[in-house]
Amino acid sequence: MSEDVRHEWPLFEVFVRAKRGLNHVHVGSLRAADHQMAVQHARDLYTRRNEGVSIWVVRSDDVVASDPDDKAAYFEPSADKVYRHPTYYAIPDSVPHI
Amino acid sequence: MAFDDAYGALTDHDDDARWAYGTGFTDPLAGVPAGFPEGVDRAGLAAYCLMLGDDALIMSHRLQQWVTRAPELEDEMALANIGLDLLGQARLLLARAGEAEGAGRDEDDLAYRRDPHEFRNVRLAERADADFAHLIARLLVLTTWRLALFDRLAGSRDPMLAAIAAKGVKELTYHRDYAARWTVRLGDGTALSHERMTAAVAEVLPPAAELFQPHQIELSLAAAGVAVDPATLRAEFDTVLAEVLTTATIDVAPGFSATAVGSPAATPGSPAATAGSPAAAAGSPETAASGRDGEHTEALGGILAEMQGLARAVPGGAW
Repeated sequence: MSEDVRHEWPLFEVFVRAKRGLNHVHVGSLRAADHQMAVQHARDLYTRRNEGVSIWVVRSDDVVASDPDDKAAYFEPSADKVYRHPTYYAIPDSVPHI
Repeated sequence: MAFDDAYGALTDHDDDARWAYGTGFTDPLAGVPAGFPEGVDRAGLAAYCLMLGDDALIMSHRLQQWVTRAPELEDEMALANIGLDLLGQARLLLARAGEAEGAGRDEDDLAYRRDPHEFRNVRLAERADADFAHLIARLLVLTTWRLALFDRLAGSRDPMLAAIAAKGVKELTYHRDYAARWTVRLGDGTALSHERMTAAVAEVLPPAAELFQPHQIELSLAAAGVAVDPATLRAEFDTVLAEVLTTATIDVAPGFSATAVGSPAATPGSPAATAGSPAAAAGSPETAASGRDGEHTEALGGILAEMQGLARAVPGGAW
C-alpha cells in the first residue's frame, strides 16, 4: 500500500458489560473507520473469550477528560471529608430498616 | 469493588470469573447422543462430513495465511477469529467423519494424513486470494452458502450433525455479516476500492457454482433426512447476495445474477450461469471437475504441504 493513500483510522474507546455486571466498564481502545466497524472490532478484540453481553464504543476525540494538573484542586479537597459518607453517621435506634 | 480498575471490577462478581478468560463456557455438544440413527448409510455420512469439514479446514487455512498480512490489526484479529471458528467446525466434522467411517481414524489422521485427492472441499475454499477484496468475496460466498446449509442441517436426522450445525449457525451469521459489511464498504467506497471489489466478486462467483452442484452422496443422504440437497440453498443464497451486492453498488456478471433471480433463460436444476454469458464461459471448465470428487487445483497441494508438513515430519509429535 502506498503511503499517499494511507490514512490512519480514528481511535475509539471500548466499554463492555460483563454478563453479571451492571455497568459498562472501559476495557481498552481500538481503531476503526466508523462507529459500526468499531463495534464489530470490539466484538472481535474484547469479547472473544466470553467476557461480555453488551458493547459501547465512543470516539476517543469525544471524551472530555479532567486535566491531570487539576488533580490537587479537583480531588484532594474531598480526602478529609469523611462525613460525606453515610457510614460516618451513627444511626439512632429509633430509625429501623437502614 | 475496584472502581478504578476495569479488570478488577469485572472479576469482583464471581470467584471463578477471571475476566481475561470469560466465564460460563458451555459445551454445545453436551448430551448429544454419539450413536447413529437407524438406517443411515455410515459410509455416506462419513463422506458428507468430510465434505463439510474439509470446506472449513481449507478455508480456515487460507484465513490463517492472512495473519500478519491483514490491512489493519483489528481485522487481522477478526479474520483469525473466523478462521478459528471454522477450524472448530472442521474438527467436529472430521471427528464425526472418523466415527462414522469406523476405521479408527481421528480428526488429526483425517486432517494431516490425507493426500490432496482424498480431500472433498469445494475448489473455491482452496483458491488463493489475490488481494483483500478477493478474500472478502470468497468469504461472503462461502459463508452465505454455509449459513443457509447449516440452518437446514440443524434439523438433520443425525443428532451430532444437527448439533454441530446449530452451533455453527451462530458463528456463520457473524462471518457472513463481517464479509457483507466489507463488501459494502469497499464496493460503495472509493473508485479504486469499488473497482477491486467488483473484480473480486466477478472472479469468485463463477466457481461458486460448484457449491450448488448436488453430489450423489448429498442427494442420497438428503433423501434420508440426514443431509441437505445444496440445490435447495440457491434461492436464499441468491437473495442474500443480491441484497449485499446491490447495497455495495456492485453490478456483477449479468449471466450469473440473471440465473440468480430466476430468469426464464436459466435451465431449471442447472446452477451454471446462463449459456453464453461471460460467467458461464468462465465457470464451465472449473465447475465440471469437482473438489467433492477429490479433483482439486494445484493450490490445494501447496496448502497441504504447509498444513501437514510438521505433522508428517514428526509423526505422533506432541507439545
